[in-house]
Amino acid sequence: MGSTGEGLGRRDLIKRSAALGLITVPTMSFLSACASGGEENSTKGPAKAPVTKENPFGVAKGGKLDVVVFKGGFGDDYAKAWEAAFDKKWGTTSSHLGTQEITAKLQPRFNAGNPPDVVDDSGAQQIKLDVLAKGDQLADLTAVLDSPSLDDPTKKVRDTLVEGAYEQGLQGGKFVVLKYVYAVFGFWYSGKLFKEKGWAPPKTWDEFLAVCAKAKEAGIGGLAHQGKFPYYINVVIMDLIAKKGGLDAMKAIDNLEPNAFEGNPAALAAVEAVYEVVEKGLLMPGTNGLTHTESQTAWNQYKAAFIPSGSWLENEQLKQTPEDFDMKFLPMPLLADSKLPFEAIRAGVDEPFIVPEKAANKAAGFEFLRSMLSREWSTIFAQQANSLTVVKDGVDPSVKLRPGTQSAVEALKAAGSNTFSYRYPDWYSEMDTEIQNASNELMAQRIQPKEWIKRAQAAVDKAAKDPNAKNNKRA
Amino acid sequence: MSQVAQRKGRAGFITGFLFAPLALYLTFVIWPYVQTFGYSFTNWSGQSPTFDFVGMDNYATLLSDEVFRGALWHNLLLLVFVPLVTILLALFFAFMVNAGGRGGAGGVQGVGGSRFYKVVYFFPQVLSLAILSVLFGAIYRSDEGGLLNGFLTKIGVIDAAHPVEWLNEPNLVLWCLLLVVVWHGVGFYLVLFSAAMQSVPKDIYEAALLDGAGRAQTFFKVTLPLLWDSVQTSAVYLGIAAMDMFVLVSTMTSGQFGGGPDHHSEVMSTVLMRNFLYFGKSGYACAMGVVMLALTMILSVITLRATRRERIEF
Repeated sequence: MGSTGEGLGRRDLIKRSAALGLITVPTMSFLSACASGGEENSTKGPAKAPVTKENPFGVAKGGKLDVVVFKGGFGDDYAKAWEAAFDKKWGTTSSHLGTQEITAKLQPRFNAGNPPDVVDDSGAQQIKLDVLAKGDQLADLTAVLDSPSLDDPTKKVRDTLVEGAYEQGLQGGKFVVLKYVYAVFGFWYSGKLFKEKGWAPPKTWDEFLAVCAKAKEAGIGGLAHQGKFPYYINVVIMDLIAKKGGLDAMKAIDNLEPNAFEGNPAALAAVEAVYEVVEKGLLMPGTNGLTHTESQTAWNQYKAAFIPSGSWLENEQLKQTPEDFDMKFLPMPLLADSKLPFEAIRAGVDEPFIVPEKAANKAAGFEFLRSMLSREWSTIFAQQANSLTVVKDGVDPSVKLRPGTQSAVEALKAAGSNTFSYRYPDWYSEMDTEIQNASNELMAQRIQPKEWIKRAQAAVDKAAKDPNAKNNKRA
Repeated sequence: MSQVAQRKGRAGFITGFLFAPLALYLTFVIWPYVQTFGYSFTNWSGQSPTFDFVGMDNYATLLSDEVFRGALWHNLLLLVFVPLVTILLALFFAFMVNAGGRGGAGGVQGVGGSRFYKVVYFFPQVLSLAILSVLFGAIYRSDEGGLLNGFLTKIGVIDAAHPVEWLNEPNLVLWCLLLVVVWHGVGFYLVLFSAAMQSVPKDIYEAALLDGAGRAQTFFKVTLPLLWDSVQTSAVYLGIAAMDMFVLVSTMTSGQFGGGPDHHSEVMSTVLMRNFLYFGKSGYACAMGVVMLALTMILSVITLRATRRERIEF
């Protein structure tokens, strides 16, 4: 815990960096060379068992299963538990590799045509998914989606997934990636601190400011944020815009409309609300210059009441969190006249699992993914990795989770279908960066909300000239 | 065997040995430069093998790119101050540890404990830049947990509720980084200048002493002219370091590959990397690379020319 690799991995949970750009070109030619090569091996592997309702992919008993997982912020204990369960059920012998060096370990195997059966292709050294897809290295997982769910055989697996899991697993129109982790975004606070001080979790922005003010009186900071990475404070600004202006306000930004920020009263109100925190001196002193670990640790030491983050926060801070901290999730408090209810939250998927097209035991790989999407395995993940999965209501209510994860589960339940998610950070990195810069200036009180709006709109207008802007439209 | 044939044989032998390194050099140093130059005329995204030829577009865009121009300006500032401050400090310390002591009966010597200082001054040099950025990250930390902020709060210079966000202050960030580079470099150049000073014959110093020269006069009239070659080389090295600055800026300041707050600590290499790997504008980034290469070469030539002096033999 706490190594740089993990820190980065967690921070970029939603937007994994494209740091592999340098080697994708050579990779590309290797992969295409490989794809055009030997198809003669496709019949190898264990004999297939007859396909039944319980065994939709015809997994042969007593075969082998080869699993490689990214051993990052979630560790790899969850995968070991899964493999044990799988071996027990299917009589397979599974081999396990947990590593951060996905590319180094797997590229030769992909090139040689003997990839593993299941891969969690994640982290800073992930093999780019679009590269694998273009080299025809990824098995089409549609069969998994259409197989019966383990929990309820009358339902298809695809109907048990949360919103967004399907769309974000598509490459060139084919579902080839199962993004397994579900993250919700909002504020976090210490249940213990709030109980001690007698503060109620705020539902409106005014109540939020009031708690921050009380915190300041008590000698601690109100809001902490990961100042060195304005990504996090942007979550606050953008979510306030989405909740006040409704989904249309969010889509206007993703679709780069000329009035996405400028002339949008919801946007100005949101930025002014955040600026009020700064103006009233309710920020934790120095938070503007801190990294994510520094600010989150300060918050764990009760130096601030709130911090914005995604639901990976609890696992990320596991070592720094006091035993009785009682971490709690809070949906973004509402501004006056908001279109979305208080319960609405931003939610996104990540942590891509794949089955290689040339896997020796593809049937077992598919069955493994189907099992991952069962409530039993999803609960294992939630317990071992302290994070939610893309399985709808995928955690058994009788199971005791860590408090932060538990409160995120409850918040998701309360949100129901009121979840939303921005796309622009994935679509337009440059615009995202420019807005982040503006937010940093805003938090340091070097620019005013109106100037922020101007800069954000300029970033949008610039992105609208991007050739991709034609293809990236959401309805 | 005739002498000519022998010589030919030897030439072949030498060529054989030179061929492998030359081939390696061409493949791994020159060829990438050529490729970069080629890519700088395309709209290559860095993520796909296909791209179009766009002519001079990238260079035209570069001219009006305010972020890049700002970065260039920062590089130039650093180019002036990094060598200047580092060399002046290193020269001063080197002079003090080698010839700064009182010229007693023993003639020329360093100040007391000079051997100890030499070792201590060299310490920063053995730290890698990665460690350096962690170390100074803790010093510049923006809350009262930072060394500077903690100290300044303790002595009552600043208010605990308003600590100085060193690396998040547009007017301070570049100087904070400059300090790190100087801190890191002085020790090395001190040792370099010390070695050069020690090769200066003692009798020159003694003659100067006998003529009644003080410390300052000895330094400016004797030491500095005799050290000019070393100073010149140091200036080129430090200049190249100032044109780079990538590791420190990208790890210590905010933003993707650093450069924050709001581009105030941006240097050319951070802008380049951001465009190359994060924005998917690799062709554009290659154009920046070509500009950087050209500037670095021009500056090296200028430095060598401008500092050219008559060589003093001793």
